[in-house]
Amino acid sequence: MPVTTTEVPPATAGGTPPPSPPGASSRPGDPRRHAVRRRRLIAALFAFPALLLLGALVAYPIVFSVIRSLYDATGNTFVGADNYTEMFQDPATLRAIRNSAIWVVFAPALLTGLGLVLAVLTEKIRWKTAFKLLMFMPMAISFLAAGIIFRLAYEQDPQRGVLNAVTVGIHDSVDGEATSYPTAKSRIGDKQLTKGKDGGYRTADLTSPGNTANLGLVGVAPKDMPKTAKPAAPAAKTPAAKDELRGVVYIDFTPGGGGKPGKVDRTERGLPKLTVEAVDAHGKVAAKATTGPDGSYRLAGLREGSYAVQLPAKDFAPPYEGISWLGPALITPAIIGAYMWIWTGFALVLIGAGLSAMPRDVLEAARMDGANEWQVFRRITVPLLGPVLGVVFVTMVINVMKVFDLVYIIAPGPVQQDANVLALQMWLVSFGGGNNQGLGSALGVLLLLLVVPAMAFNIRRFRRSQS
Amino acid sequence: MTTIQDAAVSRRRAKPRPGKIRPGKIRPAKTPPTKRVGRTVIQAFLLIVGLVWLTPAAGLFLSSLRTEEANASSGWWQALTAPGQLSFDNYTALLKDSGITQAFWNTVLISVPTTIAVVVIAALAGYAFAWLEFPGRDWIFLLVVAMLVVPVQIGLLPVAKLFGALGLFGSIPGVVLFHTAYGLPFAIFLLRNYFAEIPKEMLEAARMDGGGEWRIFSQLVLPLGRPAIASLAIFQFLWVWNDMLVALLFADNASQPLTVALQSQMRQFGSNIGVLAPGAFLSLIVPLIVFFAFQRHFVQGVMAGSVK
Repeated sequence: MPVTTTEVPPATAGGTPPPSPPGASSRPGDPRRHAVRRRRLIAALFAFPALLLLGALVAYPIVFSVIRSLYDATGNTFVGADNYTEMFQDPATLRAIRNSAIWVVFAPALLTGLGLVLAVLTEKIRWKTAFKLLMFMPMAISFLAAGIIFRLAYEQDPQRGVLNAVTVGIHDSVDGEATSYPTAKSRIGDKQLTKGKDGGYRTADLTSPGNTANLGLVGVAPKDMPKTAKPAAPAAKTPAAKDELRGVVYIDFTPGGGGKPGKVDRTERGLPKLTVEAVDAHGKVAAKATTGPDGSYRLAGLREGSYAVQLPAKDFAPPYEGISWLGPALITPAIIGAYMWIWTGFALVLIGAGLSAMPRDVLEAARMDGANEWQVFRRITVPLLGPVLGVVFVTMVINVMKVFDLVYIIAPGPVQQDANVLALQMWLVSFGGGNNQGLGSALGVLLLLLVVPAMAFNIRRFRRSQS
Repeated sequence: MTTIQDAAVSRRRAKPRPGKIRPGKIRPAKTPPTKRVGRTVIQAFLLIVGLVWLTPAAGLFLSSLRTEEANASSGWWQALTAPGQLSFDNYTALLKDSGITQAFWNTVLISVPTTIAVVVIAALAGYAFAWLEFPGRDWIFLLVVAMLVVPVQIGLLPVAKLFGALGLFGSIPGVVLFHTAYGLPFAIFLLRNYFAEIPKEMLEAARMDGGGEWRIFSQLVLPLGRPAIASLAIFQFLWVWNDMLVALLFADNASQPLTVALQSQMRQFGSNIGVLAPGAFLSLIVPLIVFFAFQRHFVQGVMAGSVK
């Protein structure tokens, strides 16, 4: 949206000359020339503080950085363009450039698209002001606070990170909630229960229906132990019917000592929700059961014959832990996600303003002519919004190129290099231990060069708005 | 860029214009059922989006109210079913931490003077660029506009050296000066354009009455420019309040703002949630208050300033 500047004074005659008395001529040294000088002095006084600060702290640093970028790390040796060629050879810097490119390609487009969709949908609801307000709120808070918010949300442990809690929840509801005891194993030297190649356990001796088989495990981590687990001893003695195998799966360990290995002692607890299978002589699973709160199982409907009782590998598989958002592979998309949380409201509000400024009659006319909502959106809304979308997009490109805080905060130390971007690498090289201010200056200059097109865009827009 | 003027224009345009409705165009009296279903779907969708947007922030807030042990063993959503575990203990502990309270005051001492300095200096310059005559005025103004997008990063190293020589490095005045300089291009741009819209006749009349430039500036231009100045001040205040990068370099331990003090705790994120969550909340509560108190100026200021 171009800045509307009406009544801008013409470029050459900004200040209006003070009214001069009708009789005044322009002799040298006359009061009028004096007045011009005085006015210029006043103008200089008004503009001076700004120009001093801008000159010393913005203009001078640009010149300084360009010159500094032509010297080596010590600043004593002139190296020409070496720092600029090194930029594209140093693997860390190269990765930062690559990541910045990923940011520029994805973030502005995603944000503009999401903002557009939400803006169009928001137009159709009554509580749009509340919705816009909510979406815009993240714009008020710092990248640091947003970074902490998302470090928390992206936490790997599904018990703590809300994103993985949801992911695991969805995974389990699709895959069925399986309980497993990844650390459980049979007692060393246990002849009865032996470990198979796939990680499961099977009884070495075969048994026939009508018998009981109690399987003792050790090494169950206390955190894996369900609070509902009950002592296994009562169930261990339940006799089996003719066509079934019974028994308990229990922890063969009495806390505080006193238990006997291989025997279900009074206080020893069963392992609930484990899968137990009966395997026949051909190695086929003949029956399947899940242990109860006291670890008891009942494999029913078995034919005469000999069976081994097995605890399949999935009883010992580590549980699904969700997605490693902050791992090296996903760190950049994860941070872009956090960035979108902050900036979507901006795109929404800006595009929403463009929408409400749109001539209603055009849309209505199209609808009257029988265009459906999609056609209206595709053929009228989007083309008419073009300039606004352009502004959002360019603004995002500029912002994304300079992204620093969010990466610095969200990426944990070990994956910082995987998440690296230009602005961060510039910081790391100059101040964060890299201590190569030549290369750092070169990166600063590169950053400046990359935003120059945007600068040109701004100036052009400004000039257009002036004419 | 949406400036104050633009927003006003779009609001004006958004008003219904009954005169424009063509004759013969009759709205259907009832919304067709398919449309109503569509609306319900849209409502549901936007409701979910809103919830998704709210959740991470709610997570931070609830975490800040839980003990270290509770946060270490379970997620903040457990507090929804067991609100008994919530307490303000983290906050009382945080406010007793002299490092954090000092950092909070440093944030105030950095943001408030910067905001005032930017507004005053930019208003003076904006007036000069709009209504005073001096050689090279328009070229200089174009240069200022060009500086709008100069990244802060390019100034870090040279200004650090300059401040080192002047003894300003690692002090609050240094941070304030740097922020002021990098806030100026946008501020001048915004105010100059706003001031330029003041009707020429008003200024001429004032000059005719013999008003000096200073009087015209302070008694005519500043009051007329109040809406733009308000938006600018809010934007600038937030920008500096939320900054971390500049202070990370230019502030030392004694002058560091809240953002820098908190980021130094990020290394042991897992065990520091008891400090980080309430600290982050402390740092974002002020912007949120500003947000709700000055909604309109806030949105306009942030919109206009986003080009930075």
